[in-house]
Amino acid sequence: MKKIYTHLNKITKATVELTAFDVGNEELAIVDGRYAQVVKIAGDKVTLQVFSGTEGIATNAEAFFLGHAPRLAVGPELSGRYFNAYGNPIDNGPEVDGIITEIGGPTINPVRREQPSELIATGIAGIDLNNTLVTGQKIPFFADSDQPYNQVMATVALRAEADRIILGGMGLSNDDYLYYQSVFENAGVKHRITAFINTTDDPSVERLLIPDMCLTAAEYFAVQKKEKVLVLLTDMTLFAEALAIVSNKMDQIPSKDSMPGSLYSDLARIYEKAAQFPDGGSITLIAVTTLNDGDITHAIPDNTGYITEGQLFLRRDTGVSKVIVDPFRSLSRLKQIVIGKKTREDHPHIMNALVRLFSDAASAKTKQENGFDLTRYDTRTLQFAEQYSKKLLAIDINVSIEHMLDTGWKLLHQFFEQNETGIKADILKKYWNHNEIPVQ
Amino acid sequence: MNSNSNTATGIINGIISNLVSIEFSGSVAQNEICFIQHNNVNLMAEVIRITGNIAQAQVFESTRGLKIGTAVQFAGHMLEVNLGPGILSRKYDGLQNDLEKIPGLFLERGSVSDPLDAERQFDFKPLVQTGEKVQACHWLGEVKEGWISHKIMVPFKFSGEYVVETIASQGSYRVDETVATLSDENGTIHSVTMRQKWPVKKALPGYLKKLRPYKLLETGIRAIDTLNPMTEGGTGFIPGPFGCGKTVLQHAMSKNADADLIIITACGERANEVVEIFKEFPELDDPRTGRKLMERTTIICNTSNMPVAAREASVYTGMTLAEYYRAMGLKVLLLADSTSRWAQALREMSNRLEELPGPDAFPMDLSAIISGFYARAGFVELTNGLTGSVTFVGTVSPAGGNLKEPVTESTRKAARCFYALAQKRADSKRYPAIDPLDSYSKYLEYPGFRDYLDEKIEKDWALKVEKARDILRRSVESSDQISILGDDSVPVEYHEIFWKGELIDFALLQQDAFDDIDQSTPMGRQRYMLNLILEICDAEIRFSNFEDVGKYYKSIINLLRQMNYCEFQDDSFKQYQIEIQKILTSRVEKGAA
Ligand SMILES: Nc1ncnc2c1ncn2[C@@H]1O[C@H](COP(=O)(O)OP(=O)(O)OP(=O)(O)O)[C@@H](O)[C@H]1O
Ligand SMILES: [Mg+2]
Repeated sequence: MKKIYTHLNKITKATVELTAFDVGNEELAIVDGRYAQVVKIAGDKVTLQVFSGTEGIATNAEAFFLGHAPRLAVGPELSGRYFNAYGNPIDNGPEVDGIITEIGGPTINPVRREQPSELIATGIAGIDLNNTLVTGQKIPFFADSDQPYNQVMATVALRAEADRIILGGMGLSNDDYLYYQSVFENAGVKHRITAFINTTDDPSVERLLIPDMCLTAAEYFAVQKKEKVLVLLTDMTLFAEALAIVSNKMDQIPSKDSMPGSLYSDLARIYEKAAQFPDGGSITLIAVTTLNDGDITHAIPDNTGYITEGQLFLRRDTGVSKVIVDPFRSLSRLKQIVIGKKTREDHPHIMNALVRLFSDAASAKTKQENGFDLTRYDTRTLQFAEQYSKKLLAIDINVSIEHMLDTGWKLLHQFFEQNETGIKADILKKYWNHNEIPVQ
Repeated sequence: MNSNSNTATGIINGIISNLVSIEFSGSVAQNEICFIQHNNVNLMAEVIRITGNIAQAQVFESTRGLKIGTAVQFAGHMLEVNLGPGILSRKYDGLQNDLEKIPGLFLERGSVSDPLDAERQFDFKPLVQTGEKVQACHWLGEVKEGWISHKIMVPFKFSGEYVVETIASQGSYRVDETVATLSDENGTIHSVTMRQKWPVKKALPGYLKKLRPYKLLETGIRAIDTLNPMTEGGTGFIPGPFGCGKTVLQHAMSKNADADLIIITACGERANEVVEIFKEFPELDDPRTGRKLMERTTIICNTSNMPVAAREASVYTGMTLAEYYRAMGLKVLLLADSTSRWAQALREMSNRLEELPGPDAFPMDLSAIISGFYARAGFVELTNGLTGSVTFVGTVSPAGGNLKEPVTESTRKAARCFYALAQKRADSKRYPAIDPLDSYSKYLEYPGFRDYLDEKIEKDWALKVEKARDILRRSVESSDQISILGDDSVPVEYHEIFWKGELIDFALLQQDAFDDIDQSTPMGRQRYMLNLILEICDAEIRFSNFEDVGKYYKSIINLLRQMNYCEFQDDSFKQYQIEIQKILTSRVEKGAA
């Protein structure tokens, strides 16, 4: 028999306290019909965090414990379904019949991990050429809120050839939610999608459950079904802000930017679920971290950058009027595993040479802006940069990696001398005259 | 603390996250280990505060589902590691569980495993005779552990003088078999096996005295060995914003450093980076010995998703293992990535304990904790007159990339070498991104070390290094002037000075960690390169205009870079050498004419 409590000792904005025995840490409860979770136990005093807030809860509200931490029923029936943060359907479909699994489960033993090694081609050169992704990687888009990050992420997801796409929406605007739905439906991939959605209309603290819900489903498909799973989390900045709200209300001492001191561990616990499993399944995690005016030193992007395997930085290049993947601030740390090995041998060389010359162009641009005369070399780098931005960095292209490499050589050929490229001799010899046709 | 005394018991009476309060009876010590008997598993925890009969403990596992009233058994000792043959090449978690031995894909709560191999036989050779007088850490015998000769020592916990009563004869033994019996001053007999334990938070004694480091520890990385050299038994740290190359740099050190043993502590960082080591090191050759790299490497792996309290323990576990091998007269390099994660673990606990916070909410005693840890490294003389060393290099991950934060500042006080990674260099792919001006090695000021360089590399080597550093400094000044005044408005010499710095940067500092040859440069080759570069810098050339300067140096830089990709002194290397000399002679003559 479920014991029903009818007296709350204490009510704050986010938590309630009651007297109870035999309660487990992190256990779920229902307080006044709302989901709540045990966050502190001191003797017989139990503090519960009420996800949707405590507004209107009275001291005589009914409360009972569910006897378990948050969980999700996992099984093939998750396919094509949309859920809320508690894992309850929001698409008018039936409850899922599956294996009941507690979310936020144990860590994979590092010695059982495989090294990520399978390239994910997206057709976008700012990614494939400069910041190649592999399965099992975790990487966020860093973007200001006015960048089309959800569109780019949806494009990447569709081109990635994943067996399964799991979307976690945190503070997703209703428009973006509908956008994702229609993109997936139009692409005919609805059956490969599972989504856990918290929109701007939902209580913000509920967001805290979304990543764990997504990853529990992802682990099911990747481990049990050996699938290549792609998890999309948008927007992790709003997730972190919800964390801050909670820790603030729990009277914890904030560290930088009013974020909890445990932000690094809290985010790492999520991102580290990305893995290449030994039996072929994998979880690849692509997230969005929105920035405030491009500030990557803020605690949220900063801690994220220290956890993820690189970041894809979206920025508008006003010179060519396109959104590009910024080659300076972007990085894929796992690219080494595949470039020049799974792709053509010249890949790392041409990639580095182009970025280096693009950085020369950036210095030339500063010179120009400061009103100095440009050298001939400066002028060439500037011309090169425009072409590079347009033909390779812009997010609206969709070509093969081979084609990107060839385009790169053509650009070098068009604007530079061999010894200005810094590429090692044997590669130069082999590829310099590989393509003589100038880019149109 | 004596583990034979009656140990305390208690029950849980409070839980917040991984901090629990335990009401106990009996006596409990600060930092004592206890086990919480949750359902069918034991959750390990460490006491971090005691008030009356309430102990607060940090749990090394998730506390999900834990209830008030759960029984707790105290262990009577602090967090200890097992020391003995069989540590080499293992992959441990922060508490020294052997990860390979834990079954299953996931690390279920309460998983533990023996750090050593109780069944494995080791060939023991005695090094003492019965009747000999010995003290703690005296070598009683040795066994072959892989390629090293692992010393079996009088346990470090033994105090006073002992007499060897019996010593095992040459033969095969398991780690838990008695290999010696010793009698103490009272005549009590103690048996000694090949396994001993030591609390990680206490520095392991095991040496006679600490010496001032004076020997170069080669790492193969030019920006370190030539410009900011590390010593055997020295300390250093690598701060840098995310993505600037801290881990790549440490991996390069672990592959190429001239040490007998490498211990890598992955402390709160990415699991995939450790997997890279797991997969690559058994395949890669140690350039010095031809053995596989894994044969000299031990990994402590407490990645960011593993329990936070165990993360704090992991750096101490790594240090204690390093000290243990140092006591055998070995040259150990200990790397920790990242010490900031350890500091953050301290911060999380300190906040939960509601301690008065210091800057950025870190504990007030952070600085003391960090310097206490760095002080455990060092070059030592053992009781038998031999030497051993623990060289320690940690990374620091400053919040927002800002070096004025507590962990960086505290570490700066403790470490003697500073390898600052600069975002700007990383952005323009000038790897390794070690900032040539901000970085330093205090060892370059040590007279003993300078003598060593004079003798082992060449006379006045340190002066040449200083000269190179001066060129780099002046180059930056010139570059600033040029960008303020414009290319045309400064004398041509400014461009010359600027490009000399670029020359050193591109040909010496920059090094491709992913190129088979360039990734590691032996000292002999570094010496050749520095001399060649300084010769180029010293050549007097008259340039007609600033564009001429750029063109000239670019072509020289290109040749030197091509050289870096060649085997030292092979045919193509020599070809480039000749080309450089040709350019030099033609330009010098032209200039003179
Ligand atoms: N010496 C190098 N040569 C070539 N590339 C490098 C070098 N050092 C770093 N890089 C590039 O920079 C990336 C990031 O390096 P690394 O992972 O070492 O950064 P980090 O400072 O450890 O970052 P974090 O603090 O987030 O762990 C690498 O994946 C690689 O692409
Ligand atoms: Mg790193």
